[in-house]
Amino acid sequence: MTTADPAAAVAAAGTAEDLVPRSWRVLAVTPELVDTVTVDLAPVRGPAPPYLPGQVNMLSLFGLGEVPISVSGDPAVPGVRRHTIRAAGAVSTGLARVRPGDTVGVRGPFGTGWDVAAATGRDVVVVAGGLGLAPLRPAIYAVLARRAEFDRMVLLYGSRTPADLLYSDELHAWRARFDLEVKVTVDRASAGWAGEVGVVPGLVRRLGVDPGNAVAYLCGPEVMMRFAADALTDLGLPAGRIQVSLERNMKCMVGLCGHCVLGPYYICTDGPVLPWSAVGDLMRVREL
Amino acid sequence: MTVSPAAELAAHPFFVDLADEVVAAVAPLVSRLDADPGQVLGREGEPAGVFYALTAGRVALEVHAADRPPALLETLQAGDVVGWSWLVPPYRWHFDAVAVGPVSAIRVDGARLRAEMDADPVLGYALAARFIPVIVDRLQATRLRLLDLYGHDHR
Repeated sequence: MTTADPAAAVAAAGTAEDLVPRSWRVLAVTPELVDTVTVDLAPVRGPAPPYLPGQVNMLSLFGLGEVPISVSGDPAVPGVRRHTIRAAGAVSTGLARVRPGDTVGVRGPFGTGWDVAAATGRDVVVVAGGLGLAPLRPAIYAVLARRAEFDRMVLLYGSRTPADLLYSDELHAWRARFDLEVKVTVDRASAGWAGEVGVVPGLVRRLGVDPGNAVAYLCGPEVMMRFAADALTDLGLPAGRIQVSLERNMKCMVGLCGHCVLGPYYICTDGPVLPWSAVGDLMRVREL
Repeated sequence: MTVSPAAELAAHPFFVDLADEVVAAVAPLVSRLDADPGQVLGREGEPAGVFYALTAGRVALEVHAADRPPALLETLQAGDVVGWSWLVPPYRWHFDAVAVGPVSAIRVDGARLRAEMDADPVLGYALAARFIPVIVDRLQATRLRLLDLYGHDHR
């Protein structure tokens, strides 16, 4: 059921806890890229609430504003919430400049997560573009933690240049595993790059998994997801087994304000993770 | 048991769904290529008389510039074909095609195949229809890259 019915949304939304930021302490800041950092947070008081891979927190800097940021850490690690943040606007730039000991506001977690259980016994295909690897990383951890329960696992990752590859140390570690195939491509190669040059949908076309027995998880720029999902369905993967994480103008996160509406869906409560069968056509509608 | 280039051709993803008579027409024009890393399969501006159906390894398409190292435009790998300049006037390579590592491929004599296609429009249509999606895919991929998709996402 979607929450586009306002009365249902009002009924479902909200407790004060959902709407009022709590203070969280910055534990650590790890530089990732020239404009991107990973920030570890823990509540100033009380326990950190559990979350699902793919869910979103609203992070705020008091007096500046609030932005939705997906959790990018390992859901099996209690207490700490890890977020990877690119400095893009005023708030995210501020968040990318925090230091250990600083305090930020946190609401959440919100929304739907990756349905990792849906891939049990099947091939797992993870398709990430750019910073889209961050919301997918908790799902990768979740699958790797129960690796024997899944069949083949493939990570396809594209970025602008080799210097823009997120989590490059971890990519190398994953690539060294015998139970995870990692294929990386860049739009533009720099000197010394010995990997692939091309777009992620090109990797999808050469995937070589059994489409009748695979589940795919996609996150990245919307155009990339559209082309990658089309390439997956061309291979024969049912749209219902392709999950995408959508980014819209999420504000309230409780299905009330309507800023993030996509057709019948509030992305903040019905998403951000939705099946391609539900949103594929909507993503082709202009001005939605 | 050694697999003949013609048998490899029939099993290659590019040819696998083509009618038997089309594959049979191409088969006499093929040979196997095992290229060393750095070996040039096609050189920009030179006559393009062949194309390659890659069976292993990776090939880089590069453009040469006098004042800087070659720019790497795209990489192709097993299952892909390298080269369509043999099909399009003036039949010259548009880019360098260089083996990134050890490469195995089926080399097809494109100049002779073009003559066969001219003489047999059914064969010509079948092969042209097979190459057009490859060209469209590469065009679409180029357009996606022009969008610089990853420059503005801030998830």
